[in-house]
Amino acid sequence: MISARGLRKSFGDFEAVRGIDVSVRPGVAFGFLGPNGAGKSSTMRMICCVSPPSGGELRVFGMDPAKDGPKIKARLGVCPQEDTLDVELNVYDNLYVYGRYFGLPRAEVKGRIDELLDFVQLTDKAKAKVDDLSGGMKRRLTIARSLINRPEILVLDEPTTGLDPQARHVIWDRLFRLKQAGVTLLLTTHYMDEAEQLCDELVVMDQGRIVAHGTPLGLIQQHSTREVAELRFGVGEHEALAAKVEDLAERIEVLPDRLLLYSDDGEAVIDAVHSRDLSPVATLVRRSSLEDVFLHLTGRTLVD
Amino acid sequence: MTDYADSGPATAPTAPAGLVAGALRMGDYWLTVLARTWKGGVITTFVTPFFYVLALGVLLGGFVDADPATLEGASTYLAFVAPGMVAAHAMTIAFADLTYPVMGMLKWQRIYYSMIASPLAPSHIVLAQLGWVVLRALFACGVFLLVLAAFGVFETVAGVLAAWLVQGLVVLAFATPVLLFSLSIKGEESFALIFRLGMIPLTLFSGTFFPIGNLGPVLEKVAMVSPLWHGVDLTRMLTLGELDWGMVAIHVAYLGVLAAVCWWLAIRKLAERLVS
Repeated sequence: MISARGLRKSFGDFEAVRGIDVSVRPGVAFGFLGPNGAGKSSTMRMICCVSPPSGGELRVFGMDPAKDGPKIKARLGVCPQEDTLDVELNVYDNLYVYGRYFGLPRAEVKGRIDELLDFVQLTDKAKAKVDDLSGGMKRRLTIARSLINRPEILVLDEPTTGLDPQARHVIWDRLFRLKQAGVTLLLTTHYMDEAEQLCDELVVMDQGRIVAHGTPLGLIQQHSTREVAELRFGVGEHEALAAKVEDLAERIEVLPDRLLLYSDDGEAVIDAVHSRDLSPVATLVRRSSLEDVFLHLTGRTLVD
Repeated sequence: MTDYADSGPATAPTAPAGLVAGALRMGDYWLTVLARTWKGGVITTFVTPFFYVLALGVLLGGFVDADPATLEGASTYLAFVAPGMVAAHAMTIAFADLTYPVMGMLKWQRIYYSMIASPLAPSHIVLAQLGWVVLRALFACGVFLLVLAAFGVFETVAGVLAAWLVQGLVVLAFATPVLLFSLSIKGEESFALIFRLGMIPLTLFSGTFFPIGNLGPVLEKVAMVSPLWHGVDLTRMLTLGELDWGMVAIHVAYLGVLAAVCWWLAIRKLAERLVS
């Protein structure tokens, strides 16, 4: 569906994307995970044909965005990071006018609106003004709008950023259903839990480059241990205490507020720490996540 | 709770076949905007023109006892000022529709970005928006001309019809540079500038209310640069039936070239803002 080779994007002297290779197969939920400024959105904009690549090769549906932008865009659904809804129109009209941009007959657009409102659970809000919707509802409306042309690929840029946890779960549920219906999903996120929940395959981006590629589980197995023991000591003590416990784990990460000890048996690590007469203020054993993968690969956390 | 349905008829979404076909896809958008805003437009379309005719044409004009020779051939001041007010009305519509609304679509609600994510291109968006303002201006100026006709200020039906159609060109000659301006600025603060230093002086000193000859030889030449003067003079020649074909050609060419150049630049500017 999408293939990129050595894809680059520069804005003046700033290189946002520094030569990435990506291949997305049909029906896959493909994620771009990375912190703000990693080049995820720039990549999405190139795929959506609203940002000409500065170098490399990009093909979407086998076509070149530079030449066949409109043909590609007819088959894409785009859910941008910031809502671009017409807040003065009601929910129904937002979908209606958008469907017409794709050259769909009026009657057919109307039929699709009923289905989509049902799908995103906004049927009873059809006549409501967009201004009166909650953030989560606006997001769902944007997703419905991006589905009006029955896209083969749905592109979602940070689909749940800024939403409360409950609203996020509703969005995830809807996206999961889309995935099951066979829609290819392409999404960017800086939430590791979002990537783990939704993505079959993902790339980790940092500073314009792809630093890892695989399935969420595969990446965790490849770049981290099964478990992580988190130790919280007094403020400012972490750096000094790291040397006393680093032999207890395969790997250690020192964060300003805690130590992360990577081991396949977290409880054993905690026990060993206590047996050395160290008394952390708090301890936690958890499974490794993509956050740990990112930390390992870049030395930085995902969400600052 | 339902699953994503892929049922019902499935027309394949397409890229538009051409410039006009693409712009026509936006027809329903503009009709929806009209359905939302027409109530506010009723006052400016129907009532405001009547107030102007009454206050400036009839009541103030009643004091003007000028020789028709100094009024470019108009038999009364009302007949002189009427076509000027029609052309100025067309200009006002261009300013109203292409300043704050454009900023809203670009910056506040970012609707342009949603449009560009569909198969539509900046050229379609610009054509649809300008086409819409032309229709709006033709309707509003048509109503204005009908109000004026009741005062018996027109010479021939053909002249009035031609004057009416010319307003399409007048509105474009303002809509395109104003659109270009709105797409070029960063914030809406700059609008105060073009209203105060653009629209108001143009309205007052472009031969709308008095012949530009009254400005003196130097300022008269300055006034001739004003697109509104070309619009006013063209409209006036048509409503008074005092046609100078050479001047008609100059007016049409001036307004046409201005509109065409700014149209082209506006498409480029919109593409620059949306595609980067």
